[in-house]
Amino acid sequence: MSLFDLDFGSGFRHGVHPPDLKDLTSGEAIRRMPFPDMIVLPLKQHAGAPARPLVKKGDRVQRGDRVGEAQGFISSPIHASAAGTVRDIRRWPHPDGSMQKAVILDVDPHDPQVPRPRIVPEWSELEAGQVAGAVRDAGVVGLGGAAFPTHVKLSPPEDAEIDTIIANGAECEPYLTGDHRTMVEHPERVHFGLRVMMHALDVERAVIGVEENKPDAIEALRRTIPDDLDISVVSLRAKYPQGAEKMMIKSILGREVPSGGLPLEVGVVVQNVGSISTIARVFESGYPLVERIVTITGPGVRRPSNLTMPVGTRIADAIEFCGGLTEDAERVVFGGPMMGNAQADLDTPILKGTTGIVVLTEATAATGPQYPCIRCGRCLQACPVFLDPADLGQLARAGQFEEMTELDLDDCMLCGSCAYVCPSNIPLTQLIAAGKNQVRRLRRLAQETEDGEATDEGESADGSPEKDAA
Amino acid sequence: MSRGGGGPGPAGREADLRIAPSPHIRSPDSTPRIMWTVVATLVPVVAAAVWFFGVAALLVTGAATFGAVATEWAFDGRDAVSDGSGVITGVLLGLTLPAGIPLWMAALGGAFGMGFGKLIFGGLGQNVFNPALLGRAFLQASFPTAITTWPAVEAGRATFYQSNLALPFLQAPEMDAATAATPLGLMKFEGETTELWRLLLGNTGGSLGETAGLVILICGGYLALRNYLDWRIPVSIFATVAALSGVLHLIDPAAYPGPLFMIFSGGLILGAVYMATDMVTSPVTAAGAWLFGIGIGVITVLVRLWGGLPEGIMYAILFMNALVPFLDRVTLPAPFGAGAGGAAGGGSG
Repeated sequence: MSLFDLDFGSGFRHGVHPPDLKDLTSGEAIRRMPFPDMIVLPLKQHAGAPARPLVKKGDRVQRGDRVGEAQGFISSPIHASAAGTVRDIRRWPHPDGSMQKAVILDVDPHDPQVPRPRIVPEWSELEAGQVAGAVRDAGVVGLGGAAFPTHVKLSPPEDAEIDTIIANGAECEPYLTGDHRTMVEHPERVHFGLRVMMHALDVERAVIGVEENKPDAIEALRRTIPDDLDISVVSLRAKYPQGAEKMMIKSILGREVPSGGLPLEVGVVVQNVGSISTIARVFESGYPLVERIVTITGPGVRRPSNLTMPVGTRIADAIEFCGGLTEDAERVVFGGPMMGNAQADLDTPILKGTTGIVVLTEATAATGPQYPCIRCGRCLQACPVFLDPADLGQLARAGQFEEMTELDLDDCMLCGSCAYVCPSNIPLTQLIAAGKNQVRRLRRLAQETEDGEATDEGESADGSPEKDAA
Repeated sequence: MSRGGGGPGPAGREADLRIAPSPHIRSPDSTPRIMWTVVATLVPVVAAAVWFFGVAALLVTGAATFGAVATEWAFDGRDAVSDGSGVITGVLLGLTLPAGIPLWMAALGGAFGMGFGKLIFGGLGQNVFNPALLGRAFLQASFPTAITTWPAVEAGRATFYQSNLALPFLQAPEMDAATAATPLGLMKFEGETTELWRLLLGNTGGSLGETAGLVILICGGYLALRNYLDWRIPVSIFATVAALSGVLHLIDPAAYPGPLFMIFSGGLILGAVYMATDMVTSPVTAAGAWLFGIGIGVITVLVRLWGGLPEGIMYAILFMNALVPFLDRVTLPAPFGAGAGGAAGGGSG
C-alpha cells in the first residue's frame, strides 16, 4: 500500500490497481459473428456435475435443441448453439487445460439458424420455483467466469432472508468490455432481468454496481431504471478485484460475508449483469443460452472486438474473424489476464462462462526472472481477504499443506493480486492453487478412509496416478 | 487455417503459444528495480558526505561496497550481485563509518556484513539482521578506536587521510587531521549541545552519513512516495524518539536534550530511513511496522541517555530485527469475514 492508497470508509480494503487496458474495445459496439463451420460443446461448462449427452453421432439438431441434460441440482443442461449434424462425441481440449467429453457439431451452412419457435414463459405468473426451473431449462449459468448454475442462486433455502440483489457490472478484469457494452447497449435488458429475479426471490431492492471507469454504462443504466422498481446504480472505485462477490457486497452494502460462507448469509444474491441479461432473454424469447458476448482483445489481435458468438465457437475461428494474431502474439488467455487460463491449443471452444479472449504479446505478457522473496509485504497489502501469500507460497513449495490450511488457505479465491504485485516474480497464485488442489485431494482421501470403503484399495487406487505424475 | 476439418489450426499462422500461470500481467516493480532505485537515492547522501569530509568519504564508501560486493560475487555469483542489494549493504555500511577509517577495515566490515549477515543465511531475503549494521557492529567490536575517531568537518573537498591508507595490523591508524567529537559524544560526555542549524545542515563531526539529515529525509521521502520503503517505520521511530525525549526534556531540560536534537544528531535519521526500512529485516504487516518502529525509538533513547554508548540506533535496529518474525506472527490480520460472526450475522439489516 502506498502513501496515497489508504482506504478509509466504504469500499473493500487492499486490492491492486492494474491498468484497465479497456480502450481497445470499450467503444466497439457488439457485433454478431457469422456461424463457424464447426461447434464444440463440452459437457462440462459450469460449476458442478457435467451434463449427460442426449444425442449420438449422426443426429440432426436444430439451434437450441438440448444436447446434454443436467445431472443433479448443481449442474446445467447444454443446448446446440447451431443447427447441424453431430459429428462425434469425444474428448476435446478444454479451456481449463484438460480433455473433456464434448459434442462436436458440423454446422449446416444452408440452415437459416433460426431457433425452433418456443413458448415464452410468462414470468409474472410463475412462482419462484417455476422461474428457477425455466432458468435451469434454458441452461443459464454465471456468465462472469465461474459459471455457477444460475437456478441454484434463484432457489435459496427456505430460511434465507434475502433483502438485496446485487447486479455485478464491475468488470474489474483488465481488457474485458463485454459487460460494459451490454450495459451501454442493452440497459433495459439488465433491468428486465432484475425485475424477473426480484419477482422470483421476492426482493424489493436491487443495486447495480459498476466501476467508475464506465461512466457511459452508469449513465445508460440510470436513465432507463423502470419507475416501479427500487433499482439503484452505484459507481464503484476501479480497483481489482472489485467484481469478486464478497468484495462487491462489502463495497456496496458494507456487509462482510463470513469466512467460508455464502452471500445468502448476509441477505444478498449477486449475479453478473451478463447473466441477468441472459435471464431477460429467456423470458423475452424463450431461447436457451446458446450464444454470449465475448471480448476478443489484446495487443496480439489485429482487430479487437466485442462479439456475440455461438457457445462452442473455437478460439481459432473467433480470432480469425478478428483479423488473426499479430506476429508477436505470444499468449492466448481465456478470460481476463488476472485469472484467465493460457491456452496451448486454439481449438479450445468458447464456453458459457468465457468472458473474453485476451491475446498478449511478448512485451505485454508477464515474464522475467524470478528473485528470492524480499519480504516487501506487497502481497499482504494486496490480498483482498487479508492472507499472507508470501508464507503460503513458501509452505506450498515445502509441501506443508496442513500448515497452509492453518493460514486460512480456504479463504483464498485465487484472484491473482499477490502474484501481480510481487516484485520478485514469484508465482504465488500458482503455488497457492497447487496447495489448494493438494488439500482437496488429501481431504478426499481422508473422507474415503473414514467412510471405511476398503481402505487399502482406495489408497492404492488414488496413489498410483500420483506416482505416475511424480 | 484449417476449417471444418477439425485439425488444429491456429488463426493465420503456426501457433507458437506460451503457457504460463495467471496472472498474465504484472506490476512494473521488480526487485532489482527497487534495489537500484535505493542505490540511486544514496548517491546524493554520499555526495553530501564528500562535501563535508572530502574525497575520503568516497574512498571509505567504495571500500565498504567493494568488500560486500566482492564477497557476494565470490560465493553467490554475478547474478546475485546484479540485483543491487549487495551494493546497498556496502554503501550503507560506508555511511556509518568515520571518514578517517583505514580502507581495509571498511572493506573487511563489508565482507563480514555480507558473509555473516546475509550469505550464511542463504542470501537475499533470508537474513535476520541488517547486513550493513552487522558489519558495523563487527567493526565497532574489533576496532573501537578507529571507528570512533571523527575528523572535523572543515577539512576541504580534496581531503583524504593518511589513516585511510594504514596497512592491516601493521600500523596503528594515526589520525593526521583535526578531530572533532560528535554532537552526541559532546552531549553525553561533556554535557554540551550543538546548535540545531549545524545539525540540520550536517556541519558537525560524525560518521559519513550521520551529518546530512536533510538530504537523507528528502531521498527517503522520495522512496516512500514510490512505495519503495514503508513510511510507517521512520515515522514511528521519529515520533517515539520525539515523544520520549520531549517528556524527559520537559521534566529536566538540563539533563535531557530536546526532541529536535535527539532526532537530528547521530545516525538516527540514516538508521530510521535506510536501515530500519530494509524490507528483508522489517515486518511485512502494517501493524508490525508500527511496533517495530516504536521499539527502535524506545531502545535508541534508552541507550543514548542511560547506556554506556553515545549512540543507540544500531543496536536498537539489530535487536528489533530479531523480533521481526514474532511481530509478523502476532500482527497477521484475521482473514476477511472471520469477524463476521455466524450465519446471517449482518443479514437483512
